[in-house]
Amino acid sequence: MRKLRIVALAALAPLYAQNIVIQNATIMTVTKGTLEGSVAIKDGKIAEVGEKVMMPQNSTIIDAGGQYVIPGIIDCHSHIAVDGSVNEGSVSVSSMVNIKDVINPEDIAIYRALAGGVTTANILHGSANPIGGQTIVLKMRWGQDAQGMIFEGALPGIKFALGENPKRPGNPPGGRGATQTVPARYPATRMGVEDTIREALNQAKAYKAEWDDYAAKVARGEHPLPPRKDLKLEPLKEVLEGKRYVHAHCYREDEILMLLRVADDYGFKIRTLQHVLEGYKVAQEIAASGAGASTFSDWWAYKVEAYDAIPYNAALMQKKGIVVSLNSDDEELMRHLNTEAAKAMKYGGLSEIDALAMVTINPAKQLGIDGRVGSIEAGKDADLVIYDKYPLSDYAKVQKVLIDGRVYFDRDNDVNGRAAKALEKQKLLDKEKQSQPKPAGGRGPVQ
Amino acid sequence: MRKLVPALLLLCACAIAENPRTLAIRNAKIVTVSGPVLNPGTVVVRNGLIEAVGENAPIPAGAWTIDGEGMTVYPGLIDSLSTVGIPGLAPAPGGRGGRGQATPTQSPTPTPAPAATPAAAATAPVTRAMGPEDRPATTSWVLAADEIDPSDHRIESVRSAGFTTTVTFPARAIFGGQGSIIDLASVQHSGEMVVVPAVGQYVAVSRGGGMFGGFGAGFPNALMGYIAYIRQIYLDAEHYKLLKEAYAHSPRGMERPPYDRALEGVLESKRILLPANRVVEMDRMLRFAAELQQPVILYGMREAYRPEAAPLLKKYGSPVLVSMHWTEAPRDPDPEAYRTMRSLENVDQGPAAPGLLRKAGVPFALYTDGLDQPKELQRAVKKAIDAGLARQDAIRALTLSPAEIYGVADRLGSIEVGKIANLVVTKGDLFDDHTQIEMIFVDGKQYKPAPEPPAGGGRGATEEPGVSQ
Repeated sequence: MRKLRIVALAALAPLYAQNIVIQNATIMTVTKGTLEGSVAIKDGKIAEVGEKVMMPQNSTIIDAGGQYVIPGIIDCHSHIAVDGSVNEGSVSVSSMVNIKDVINPEDIAIYRALAGGVTTANILHGSANPIGGQTIVLKMRWGQDAQGMIFEGALPGIKFALGENPKRPGNPPGGRGATQTVPARYPATRMGVEDTIREALNQAKAYKAEWDDYAAKVARGEHPLPPRKDLKLEPLKEVLEGKRYVHAHCYREDEILMLLRVADDYGFKIRTLQHVLEGYKVAQEIAASGAGASTFSDWWAYKVEAYDAIPYNAALMQKKGIVVSLNSDDEELMRHLNTEAAKAMKYGGLSEIDALAMVTINPAKQLGIDGRVGSIEAGKDADLVIYDKYPLSDYAKVQKVLIDGRVYFDRDNDVNGRAAKALEKQKLLDKEKQSQPKPAGGRGPVQ
Repeated sequence: MRKLVPALLLLCACAIAENPRTLAIRNAKIVTVSGPVLNPGTVVVRNGLIEAVGENAPIPAGAWTIDGEGMTVYPGLIDSLSTVGIPGLAPAPGGRGGRGQATPTQSPTPTPAPAATPAAAATAPVTRAMGPEDRPATTSWVLAADEIDPSDHRIESVRSAGFTTTVTFPARAIFGGQGSIIDLASVQHSGEMVVVPAVGQYVAVSRGGGMFGGFGAGFPNALMGYIAYIRQIYLDAEHYKLLKEAYAHSPRGMERPPYDRALEGVLESKRILLPANRVVEMDRMLRFAAELQQPVILYGMREAYRPEAAPLLKKYGSPVLVSMHWTEAPRDPDPEAYRTMRSLENVDQGPAAPGLLRKAGVPFALYTDGLDQPKELQRAVKKAIDAGLARQDAIRALTLSPAEIYGVADRLGSIEVGKIANLVVTKGDLFDDHTQIEMIFVDGKQYKPAPEPPAGGGRGATEEPGVSQ
């Protein structure tokens, strides 16, 4: 497969960051209906939405005549912008690692996701471990440094994973072809996955008790020595305290129910079930637990636990009252989540707004950021996508993407800038070629 | 015994003069680095120290006097990050630092994970690490000074390029141990070479991701695992210190904290060296060091030419070590292979980094990064000069700047009274194409540069070492 040969420079974004009014557009607010009119943006926030709006001072006008505006797309499951491996697969519980430490703001996949209308993504650790690493929500602020990408105020999460991936023996080292010095990693069955999670939570409970005891002593005016800070148990303690979301990779109905019971036993909530391809079989139980479901539109049968998947999954879960989102888990799919949403209209007969909600307000709810993003409402962050055509169509192309009221992607600028960039690159290639030593042809020069 | 010494030295092909206690180089151009250039001037060396320097410094009676007509005297060069002196850590032939070998990097790579060496294996756990508590790939207690082997052939090679001093690190694993400042003298006992035994902890990371990524197959494997591990070890060290202090204060009735040499090694280190090549890595590691509250020196710096780099480095004020192993274009590249703009820029602009850092006022030194052949080193410095680094700044980045960065400018790095007599004497300007290094003085002892090994890379026999009078 050939890679797209696009060179994007940080210089592209952000183009401007002043007050903006987008006019003459069809505005699909998702939460407040669809209307023909304008969106006014002031200081990075949506100031007003309506047929007519007040112009903020010194506004730049974007004429979106005949075009569509939707809220920035939110991907609840992505692995882009990560330096190094997304899996710390050496151990069964890798909660000590944190995606936040390895954000790569120069990953070109960010720019490409942006060009597909994505403004926010939940960046997850991989699924090699029953309990994986800590996760982070990013805004696709292409051109900013790692800290500038972080969705400030979004609660961090942690990845759990059930089923085939974490139980693949000794994942990834060892296992098949494991040598004597590299033992296979526990667990090797779904039973072992549950045991691993419970064992880690037991440790976290004891750890929390130790710190609670310490805090109580300090509060009483004593001077105890503090317990050892354990980076593995620290985030699990936060899970028990409800300060960190659990995003659990899962497929089969039995393992989904298992995890919901485990969470019940330990007194915390599963925030989202990821993939959850058999979720339609246990939708009532999921709805009762309060967990969200983030699934694929029509991607299945790629492994044994994905055989019972159906494209009606999202719609069926939605109808049982679950907050459902459609995710990409893939940097290519991430670039056209609008058409992923559209598939929920075909499979399951959802309305266009319910479908669009699955890539905007629903993932925002799942990530606890729906007060800030996910719909076009006054007071929310001005994270907006302008499409040239009806956005739930294959033919729609993203024209502009705004985050916090700044244009981070502009299709015209991108297209117009390509020739100059290609030229610049060719110059360097030529220069490099010239400085290459002449290749020794065959046996070298004859004396 | 006295007779045996020269014989031994000949065996290791080291060119050593008879060593008068007092010598003077007169009538030479003297680049002091810390002060003005003296032309002509005189340097007087006694007992391995610089006794006098000046335009008319008096030459003591009985001193061995060298007429420096047409010669230039520089302070000995300092390689600010090296493994010279620890033969087991020499770069593999054909790899980094191999003679004339291009590193076919498409994009800048973080410092590669050094393979575990026998020395490390002896102390590392046999089974794979299952978490930070197993202290994987850590020999933080090691001092390079304890591993110096005066027979390392690279000592002569690097010295022949004008280096009199290296900051040698046990560069292996994650916490490799502490570096030591070594004078490249040919002596029997390694202890005589050591200027400062402990200057900071060497830390390396790997991006991981392979089937058996990382150091061995256990924890950590991914880059984020390395970072978590480093963070945990500093948390543990802090906690360990607390327990130890409490126990020392009143052991009665308190459970004894177990001795942990990995944490001892970390606590004893007054600074850490962290790898950072890309701007993203500079940002990450500077933040990380600030979080750990550790004075830091970053090393690598392949993207330090980028406009974002200098302001970022300046903001934190940490010194950096710039690798002279500039990113090279791939040899015989596949014409279909995709090259990113960044990889092209790294090749094109990499050597401009030192000049730009100098202009921005970022404290930096250059390091050889495995280059150990005099011609290679000369070419590497020349590239930086051609890309905008003033010659005197190049010299400073290899003399006084590294001495300042490691806090030893009171004894090394310039030609000043009282400092260690490490000198390089050339015909022609240092780093010019046709400049000859005539002699090198380490701790006041004179050495002749070894002839370049024949093309083709063999480190074969050197000529009979001569004595210059």
